[in-house]
Amino acid sequence: MADEKENIGDKKYKYSIIIPTYNERLNIAIIVYLIFKHLRDVDFEIIVVDDGSPDGTQDIVKQLQQLYGEDRILLRARAKKLGLGTAYIHGLKYATGDFVVIMDADLSHHPKYLPSFIKKQLETDASIVTGTRYVKDGGVHGWNLMRKLTSRGANVLAQTLLWPGVSDLTGSFRLYKKLVLEDVISSCVSKGYVFQMEMIVRASRKGYQIEEVPITFVDRVFGTSKLGGSEIVEYLKGLVYLLLTT
Amino acid sequence: MKHVVKILSLLVAVSAFWIALLQAAIIPRSHTWLLPIYFVVSLGCYGLLMVGIGLMQFPTCPREAVLLQHDITEAKDFLSANGVDVRSD
Repeated sequence: MADEKENIGDKKYKYSIIIPTYNERLNIAIIVYLIFKHLRDVDFEIIVVDDGSPDGTQDIVKQLQQLYGEDRILLRARAKKLGLGTAYIHGLKYATGDFVVIMDADLSHHPKYLPSFIKKQLETDASIVTGTRYVKDGGVHGWNLMRKLTSRGANVLAQTLLWPGVSDLTGSFRLYKKLVLEDVISSCVSKGYVFQMEMIVRASRKGYQIEEVPITFVDRVFGTSKLGGSEIVEYLKGLVYLLLTT
Repeated sequence: MKHVVKILSLLVAVSAFWIALLQAAIIPRSHTWLLPIYFVVSLGCYGLLMVGIGLMQFPTCPREAVLLQHDITEAKDFLSANGVDVRSD
């Protein structure tokens, strides 16, 4: 354990963690607590990009700033829901780290994996480290059989068509070298999870070194968002788009 | 080059090979005509196999849900003791 703390937290590197939020007043507080818990010897900042949450998320962030410091937690809000891709671009403008981590605010991405992302990057000098749920030490909790089936089917289809070089294409728990993120994000136009796929496929086509680390994904939200026919059509359209333009 | 160009080149190469086989008649033509169908069906079966295997081996982590609950409790205790509102409404 002590070894881990000495190996990670190479003090000369700073990490910017961008977290887009919408109605996450409790989850954002828990995530911030857990990030501080697991990155004790690391130089980092958290950039919360809130899209005008009506539940008071921004008030909570301000309380967190009182507790942890305004230099550690940046609130860079927007007026309304404007989409994930633009949220990252917005957050990037204020990031002063050498590396940028993107993660979800709903606790499906656990901050305890942040040290393994950092370690993997330092070991391999990768441009991108992406979390994968689909390997042995990873995993998903909270998905029923149908959800697993569509996930697996979608993955096999994407692997066959795109040869992406990563096992988890739609994952959004990633660490980028800041310059790499700026380069890749400027050429991506998709929305939603196809955006995440486009990012990793474009990065792969550009020849950036991508490494993977296992992560576990606890989905407490799935029950509320059904995977319907329109989502499947969107996905297939996204695949064809990526097939033809990357 | 774009990925789709790579795939199309592969298809063109395979098609050229197939047409050559038809011309050369090394294998009886009746068999050769069916080769593309065999290929597509095999690809489909391979895909289904991959989906099935992946589904059986799908990694799950029920322990993580429990650990997450502990983390949430720990976080809420610390935060409420330090002036952060932890109500979820």
